Amino acid sequence: MSTPEIIHAHAAPQGFIRKYVFSLDHKVIGIQYYFLALVAVFVGMFLSLLMRIHLVWPTASIPLFGDIKPETYLTLLTMHGTIMVFFVLTTAPQGGFGNYFLPIQIGAPDMAFPVLNMLSFWTTAVAFVVMLAAFFVEGGAPLHGWTGYAPLSAIPSSGPGEQLGADLWILSIAIFCLGSLMGALNFITTVLDMRAKGMTMMRMPLTCWSWFITAILALLAFGVLLAGGILLLMDRNLGTSFFVPAGLSLTGKMIFPAGGFGGDAHFSHAGGSPLLWQHLFWFFGHPEVYIAILPGMGVASQLLSTFSRKPIYGYKAMVYAMLSIGFLGFMVWGHHMFMSGMSPYTAFAFSIMTMAIGVPSAIKTFNWLGTIYKGRIRFQSPMLFAIGFVSLFVSGGLSGPFLAQPVLDIQLHDTYFVPAHFHLIMGVAAIFGIFAGTYYWFPKMFGRMMNETLAQWHFWFSLIGAYAIFMPMHYLGMAGHPRRYSQLTELQYLAPLLPLQKFITYAAVATIAGQFLFLFNFFWSMFKGPKASDNPWESTTLEWTTSTPPPHDNFGGKVPVVNNGPYEYSVPGAARDFVMQTDPPVGSGH
Amino acid sequence: MATFTPTVPGQKATAGQGGGGGSAPPRRGGGGDSNRGSGGGSSNYGERLRRARLGLACGLTPILMLFVSFTSAYVVRKGLPTLDATTNQYVHDWLPVNLPWTLLIVNSLVLILSSLTMELARRDITRQAALAPAARIPGVSLGRERHFPWLSITTVLGVAFLVGQWMAWRALADRGFYVANTPSSSFVYLLTGMHAIHLAGGVIALLAAGAIALLHRPLDNRRIVVDVTAWYWHFMALLWIYVFALLALVR
Repeated sequence: MSTPEIIHAHAAPQGFIRKYVFSLDHKVIGIQYYFLALVAVFVGMFLSLLMRIHLVWPTASIPLFGDIKPETYLTLLTMHGTIMVFFVLTTAPQGGFGNYFLPIQIGAPDMAFPVLNMLSFWTTAVAFVVMLAAFFVEGGAPLHGWTGYAPLSAIPSSGPGEQLGADLWILSIAIFCLGSLMGALNFITTVLDMRAKGMTMMRMPLTCWSWFITAILALLAFGVLLAGGILLLMDRNLGTSFFVPAGLSLTGKMIFPAGGFGGDAHFSHAGGSPLLWQHLFWFFGHPEVYIAILPGMGVASQLLSTFSRKPIYGYKAMVYAMLSIGFLGFMVWGHHMFMSGMSPYTAFAFSIMTMAIGVPSAIKTFNWLGTIYKGRIRFQSPMLFAIGFVSLFVSGGLSGPFLAQPVLDIQLHDTYFVPAHFHLIMGVAAIFGIFAGTYYWFPKMFGRMMNETLAQWHFWFSLIGAYAIFMPMHYLGMAGHPRRYSQLTELQYLAPLLPLQKFITYAAVATIAGQFLFLFNFFWSMFKGPKASDNPWESTTLEWTTSTPPPHDNFGGKVPVVNNGPYEYSVPGAARDFVMQTDPPVGSGH
Repeated sequence: MATFTPTVPGQKATAGQGGGGGSAPPRRGGGGDSNRGSGGGSSNYGERLRRARLGLACGLTPILMLFVSFTSAYVVRKGLPTLDATTNQYVHDWLPVNLPWTLLIVNSLVLILSSLTMELARRDITRQAALAPAARIPGVSLGRERHFPWLSITTVLGVAFLVGQWMAWRALADRGFYVANTPSSSFVYLLTGMHAIHLAGGVIALLAAGAIALLHRPLDNRRIVVDVTAWYWHFMALLWIYVFALLALVR
């Protein structure tokens, strides 16, 4: 056996830059990802606050921001969606927690390719800067929505933010793709090749399975988005017509923008297909939903088992359910395009495949409930957020089968029903997964405990707030309230819905205020919280066997050997009510 | 085909995959199950090689997805009618591109040849890596080894291919096919251009491998870089054959 120094390919770095900035240590990189997401989530939240204020008080002027014009509103929703989806929901659960805990949980000293790991973080950080830069160029940030639908996104003259701002937006997404692909490559190789002795695939914690499957989805999906982005940039800057159809009219004028290099007007900008963009985008976009939510599922599984002091109910079923959710996720992109004029037979096929995802989702929910059933539940803050995750996953998921039916989707498409659905399941549920992970792993990451009272207040604020914001949106949608409209106050038929919109805005302000409880608790605990023990939650997985916070090579020169499955709680005959993965073997394991 | 299996004494036989002519990099390194000998992360060079190949296989997947996306866009666009704004009728505007066939065939041959020289470079360094422990035994001499500069030849051929592609684009422009003036030529530039960018990445990797050799880094490191670059290079050659076939057959 080699010595620890040789095992860990790079020695512990000295000096601030190598240690905290361009670090090769997966733990530092994980924290960097987490902080990037933390900055991004507050930017995104601020944008949503501006939108909520504008919706109910359209003439209000915001200090330091000024008036919100209708096109500003579109800019806000574009940037809110983009920042939240890419730089929060994709970054924190996978890049943050995945980077920090995947290697430790499988007993590896680091990721498979540390340099690539560092590059993937810094690529993502550059993408974020480029994205924010779009706010500050002439014309401002784009207004084509986070889905960037062509031809709006393909023609620079189509709106104030569609000039340089849109180019920066596409460029940022393309850079983000590269960063995510590098990360995904690293995750997959690490899982397949770096597991400690005894850590079989079926002994991995479900968190590792979720990160692994998420990485596979990212590897297959981001390349397609990159392809779409390249075509879009060519349409915008080289005069090609991949997405621009003929006879396009904009504000009453027929347009054939900048006629390419050939100068033959007959051929320039004709015959492209806006639907082609939608296909490419949603082939990425739907798996992206699972990229955001799968790590949350892994964390919820981990926590529900730990805090119920019971083994996870149906470990293998959980693994196969996640695999089938990932697989089916690539077959359903058309359900975002029911209104595109696709053949009813195609729509039917997409509809059936979409509803089929309900089966593995129900298996997961059933198993979560089975896990906590008759458990000795410890209602500590990580557990509360895990239960909140399940609650939001069910509430948000149940509106899915409605939207999955083309007949209902015709009515509900582009109404508030859709934001209600995807915010609950993809937004808030995934955020609850991140919060659960934060409260659970914070002691290991920073060596101190978070304040439990503040955490519980934060939980109730967030849970009640999230439901107060997004539940009423279902009713707005069913009442026919269109989404993406910036001004509601002057429309007669929306007037009866305005009080509900005002209620949502108040709820949003309160919920956002509640998040500062978290922010305060996070930074205060980091420096002033009580010192954490090595295993404060009496958990079983490998990260709790090492010291707090873990040493540079994770296990202090020891190479862990795994003898047990990840969820050996309340094992009959065992000395304690939990058996760690490195303890001498008990029972059958997994 | 004669293959050489480098089994270094005292190391795991996983390195044996190194000499398998034409065998794809393994998708799974067989790691992890309870028969794994050592903990993850050992600096064992067979393991590092396997890990690098696994990483490469993962890295090639999105490149594949990129070209799958372009292909589907290409095929769909070819069959798509477009609205003629002057007559208000749907017409087919797909003009087959008049490709510079001779030049492209010469380029293809250059690239296939470079793939062969790359394979020779890979086998050469595999042999060196395998024999290195024997050469360190006191009193053992392997005699003077002749090393042909296969890596440099591959680099030159790779650059020649890129220059050839440049000439092909010039020829296309001379024939009136620009990036933006017909839908089919847009795709020709797109597919060949994206391939060229990825191949240029391979040339950079080759230069890096050369730099590592000049810096006298350990042989093991060099071998891993050359091996991974070789598989990438072969993938690029296959990708070019695919792109060429697509442009030739689906017009």
